[in-house]
Amino acid sequence: MKIHKYDTVIVGAGGAGMRAAIESTKRSRTAVLTKLYPTRSHTGAAQGGMAAALANVEEDNWEWHTFDTVKGGDYLVDQDAAEILAKEAIDAVLDLEKMGLPFNRTPDGTIDQRRFGGHSRNHGEAPVRRSCYAADRTGHMILQTLYQNCVKEGVEFFNEFYVLDQLITEVDGVKTSAGVVAYELATGEIHVFRAKSVIYASGGTGKFFKVTSNAHTLTGDGQAACYRRGLPLEDMEFFQFHPTGIWRMGILLTEGARGEGGILRNKDGERFMEKYAPVMKDLASRDVVSRSIYTEIREGRGCGPEGDHVYLDLTHLPPEQLDAKLPDITEFARTYLGIEPYTDPIPIQPTAHYAMGGIPTNVQGEVLADNTTVVPGLYAAGEVACVSVHGANRLGTNSLLDINVFGRRSGIAAAEYALRNDFVELPENPAAQVEAQVERLRASTGKERVAALRLELQECMDANVMVFRTEQTIKTAVEKIGELRERYLNVSVQDKGRRFNTDLLEAVELGNLLDLAEVMAVSALARKESRGGHYREDYPNRDDVNFMRHTMAYREVGDDGNESIRLDYKPVVQTRYQPMERKY
Amino acid sequence: MATPVLDKVEAESAASPYITVTFRIRRFNPEVSDEAQWQDFQIDIDPKERVLDGLHKIKWELDGSLTFRRSCAHGICGSDAMRINGRNRLACKTLIKDINPDKPITVEPIKGLTVQKDLIVDMEPFFQAYRDVMPFLVTSGNEPTRERLQSAEDRERFDDTTKCILCAACTSSCPVFWNDGQYFGPAAIVNAHRFIFDSRDEAAEQRLEILNDKDGVWRCRTTFNCTDACPRGIEVTKAIQEVKRALITRRF
Repeated sequence: MKIHKYDTVIVGAGGAGMRAAIESTKRSRTAVLTKLYPTRSHTGAAQGGMAAALANVEEDNWEWHTFDTVKGGDYLVDQDAAEILAKEAIDAVLDLEKMGLPFNRTPDGTIDQRRFGGHSRNHGEAPVRRSCYAADRTGHMILQTLYQNCVKEGVEFFNEFYVLDQLITEVDGVKTSAGVVAYELATGEIHVFRAKSVIYASGGTGKFFKVTSNAHTLTGDGQAACYRRGLPLEDMEFFQFHPTGIWRMGILLTEGARGEGGILRNKDGERFMEKYAPVMKDLASRDVVSRSIYTEIREGRGCGPEGDHVYLDLTHLPPEQLDAKLPDITEFARTYLGIEPYTDPIPIQPTAHYAMGGIPTNVQGEVLADNTTVVPGLYAAGEVACVSVHGANRLGTNSLLDINVFGRRSGIAAAEYALRNDFVELPENPAAQVEAQVERLRASTGKERVAALRLELQECMDANVMVFRTEQTIKTAVEKIGELRERYLNVSVQDKGRRFNTDLLEAVELGNLLDLAEVMAVSALARKESRGGHYREDYPNRDDVNFMRHTMAYREVGDDGNESIRLDYKPVVQTRYQPMERKY
Repeated sequence: MATPVLDKVEAESAASPYITVTFRIRRFNPEVSDEAQWQDFQIDIDPKERVLDGLHKIKWELDGSLTFRRSCAHGICGSDAMRINGRNRLACKTLIKDINPDKPITVEPIKGLTVQKDLIVDMEPFFQAYRDVMPFLVTSGNEPTRERLQSAEDRERFDDTTKCILCAACTSSCPVFWNDGQYFGPAAIVNAHRFIFDSRDEAAEQRLEILNDKDGVWRCRTTFNCTDACPRGIEVTKAIQEVKRALITRRF
């Protein structure tokens, strides 16, 4: 075991982690621990753009953006946070441009902007061009630009280090962050990083679904590390299903395709979104569009022999426009489906995409131990976190924005905290839990296989807690997850070595997915209403009287060693917008 | 809207016969042996699946010790460059049907970088060469309050080289790089090009001097391996030629 000492440790090197690192490296001695090489993050898979009311191409302002974000989130958004997001969006985009990001340009040479789902002029009058973009590779450009600036600033990376545990020390009765424990892929060695501040920026957890746009590596490692140490997870029942994933594969096809004029059609060729969202049509918010697609499929208007998908039609758009604005997604269609989008519509279905919930934080990125108490020295930003700017449903282009605004904020806040405070004592035997976990998996001779359990989990989640949910389906999921968690105790790995043991780490990741899937299902079961991405067929309406509140899920361990989940609730911060019925 | 073309594709997929394919994989694990060796695996797979799906099937069902990097699985993250049937490709962008599944599919680590285990190589020299070319925007003077202006034409000038995902398929396909690890390699030059031809940047001269070095751009022998290997379709050799030309003319 090795012990390292840094002022600030950042977990994850995607957009949020690197944006934080650029700030914290300037102010404090910083280490970035990342399970992937920095430019491998799934931030790079984001396509369509980053929202900011620059008003470069038409009238816009950040207040409209705030409203759209609150409405898009079905009023579960904390409105103070949404206001910060929309207000700081403008500088966040300009900062990236100054760092070198090659945005598409208008004829005047300013940053070009395009339409995106749920973003509107004057509180819902009509779609507005708010998304700043670089073709359909905006996430790629953000990731590359941030890494370039990390190189410029001399940010110190520990590549292929998996953070498996959060260290907490009680200081005067207050849970305080003491550092993290990491597993080095190359050698199998355990490292303890003692740090004054820790920032989690480790991304989402979408790999517990089968049809998903998420990378294999998005296994909720940061959420799980904090949750196991008794910290809450907020709003985990809210998961976004992106309307346009490639049929059966789940690979993302950007909403920017509809922003550029693409149309969704059923088997009769009908533009069905006109029925469900008369004003915004194909650019309604993602939860609305995904439900509409499944409604078409369920009512027998799906395409193909099994009627299990619909079409994204780009054939009416000029090939030059597709080449210039949507080069990557048209190539995906050619590569993976053998389809030419100039002439043929693309078969799509909703795909698990984004966790609105996560580690609860305030607007400085400080992690909360309950509804109000901050964990000193602990921060989170990006998809791993829940500020909550996305509420019950995130608007497209608001996640690339979120990572920049709250990545920057948490980077500054964490570094400044580190400058003002001393190291706290490490807990006794800080690496003991991780060492035991790793050794147990390595030594196990159990009969269960990681891949088989993971597939059963994914199929269960797709079948029971996807776009449509009922008490019955969620209960089925809870039961199945419980069974899988039991069987997980008998999981063994074939690779018993120390060197680059990805077999072992997939087993660790499965443990994280199982814990988080259970939190998601249990939170969803208790929320007896429909709101944003959480749709209960048995409770089809939003219920502001009983459920205008955030879910807070805690792991409890009884005296008998049995684990359970305790649910609590946190009020939503409302400032200027009163909840209204949501129409697009 | 169901076009005849699409119906045909779907009818085929409904029948979708799995085929049996042999993967011939270069295995190496210094914890077990100092020698690398070939190992064959037979799997049943839909030919429309990716080589990465095949590797996963082997890892998940046959041999958990098979080790490779991967993340996004659709050609964006750059983790899974490998040598497939003797050509550098991303395993997640290569469909089984496109590489003649009748014969064994050979899979090896990319060349010119030290193999650490199975298909995993040491990427550090590759990233060091990247860091050495100043891969970031350099400007001077006061920052403008708004964005820097750039015409659509000026933006287009370096568009091709912004697509790089640092997968190392190009660099590790280059015979000069195989023979001499000191050469910067195509990927580093591509990333220098991305800034040299960016109208907002002011450090082109410095980058050109770095690439004027004996291990720099002049080592390129224009074999076009890099262009063939690039999974993003970047015209890598052309970019290298443009950097060479800029060194001669000092115009960029």
